Amino acid sequence: MNWTWFHRLGSPKWFYGISGRWLPLLSVAAVLLLAAGLVWGLAIAPADYQQGNSFRIMYIHVPAAFLAQSIYVSMAICGLVGLVWKMKIADVALQQSAPIGAWMAFIALLTGAIWGKPTWGAYWVWDARLTAMLILLFLYFGIIALGQAISNRDSAARACAVLAVVGVVNIPIIKYSVEWWNTLHQPASFTLTEKPSMPASMWIPLLLMVLGFYCFYAVVLLMRMRLEILRRESRTSWVRAEVTQLTGRKS
Amino acid sequence: MNWNWGSKRMGKVFFLLLVREARLMFRRPGELVNPLVFFAIVISLFPLAVGPESQLLRTLSPGLVWVAALLAVLLSLDGLFRSDFEDGSLEQWVVSPHPLGVLVLAKVLAHWLFSGLPLVLLSPVLALMLGLPTDHIPVLLVSLLLGTPILSLLGAVGAALTVGLKRGGILLTLLILPLYIPVLILGSGVLQAALQGLPTLGFLLWMGSMLMLAITLTPLAIAAGIKISVGE
Repeated sequence: MNWTWFHRLGSPKWFYGISGRWLPLLSVAAVLLLAAGLVWGLAIAPADYQQGNSFRIMYIHVPAAFLAQSIYVSMAICGLVGLVWKMKIADVALQQSAPIGAWMAFIALLTGAIWGKPTWGAYWVWDARLTAMLILLFLYFGIIALGQAISNRDSAARACAVLAVVGVVNIPIIKYSVEWWNTLHQPASFTLTEKPSMPASMWIPLLLMVLGFYCFYAVVLLMRMRLEILRRESRTSWVRAEVTQLTGRKS
Repeated sequence: MNWNWGSKRMGKVFFLLLVREARLMFRRPGELVNPLVFFAIVISLFPLAVGPESQLLRTLSPGLVWVAALLAVLLSLDGLFRSDFEDGSLEQWVVSPHPLGVLVLAKVLAHWLFSGLPLVLLSPVLALMLGLPTDHIPVLLVSLLLGTPILSLLGAVGAALTVGLKRGGILLTLLILPLYIPVLILGSGVLQAALQGLPTLGFLLWMGSMLMLAITLTPLAIAAGIKISVGE
């Protein structure tokens, strides 16, 4: 297998160039997918026979929850790459992913609470999945706080990488222990998981939304990373040339 | 990294570190007592807050003992590496020929012996005050014996990452408390099960395997954290 692309990722300049080419494509994909999924899911898809129209918040809730979990895993992978190959881009990706992941976890919790009121009759129940998502939000807060507390940029990146890797080893343990705890304390739990199997007119918009959210994440992450790279490499000549070209005046 | 356990020297270094830690601890006996007093005070806050009704306190006792123990361990962890960091011992550890993972394991073991183990020994008294039946005390002891080393090991990861920071204390709790949740769930779960007359062995085996996992993996993370903090 040809590994040149991987070695090239070590160069911020190369990454800046290639991400500039991906960005328009990903943005268009994100807008199209989200627009199609939202219109289909919120307006066209049939109402649930039990929950009525309130189930439609699922089209935001489920993609956000998906993304919150996979962003944490991707952060741990970035952390491992950063620790092993000392790759700056991986450090940047890790630290710039954390706020997006925290927002996704927050959105998932918020929509979950709003959805819970008509469905369960309470904004918050100590359901296993809700609790696991809350813990995930706390893990994101920890990484963000650690990254901000350490002033040296490289130390901060490596500390966050270690914490992300430790966290990702813990996540399965946390998830299963929380599920176990829940079955211990509330035998007759609310069964969010045992929904009637969805017809295609309901899950296709959901799939579109999930893909759209992933594209949205990629777009936001690339934009944040590009900004951070410009900030970090601000002394190099290529960044100066780039900024001069973008703003039209000497930096 | 050469993990040569067979060599006499590594074992000797491990032992010498333990003795050093013990000597340092006994020169400042106040630090030994502080987590214990904290543990006792937190436990006695709960009856004051929720009322002295014995049935309620008995139901709550597994959770209360575990939460208080967890907070006491966390409190004692803040200073785990601090003095070694300030006087330069940690740097010597990093440049020494011995694997850093083994050295930190000795450090964490010493910490557990002098702050975790006394908590375990004190816990039956406090649990009895909360109304936990006497025949469940052995289960409580075993669960704390298996659980508190995990708390020390996981907490040491956070302590290693934050040792170089001026105000590491609150950050440490933020980093570590989410990771403590499985131990808390299993630890109080085993007592809940005992109170309901259910078998407890499965929980204890789970905790034992988590302890093995923690002993195996966390020294690597602690060592990485110390290298980052020292290198800064």
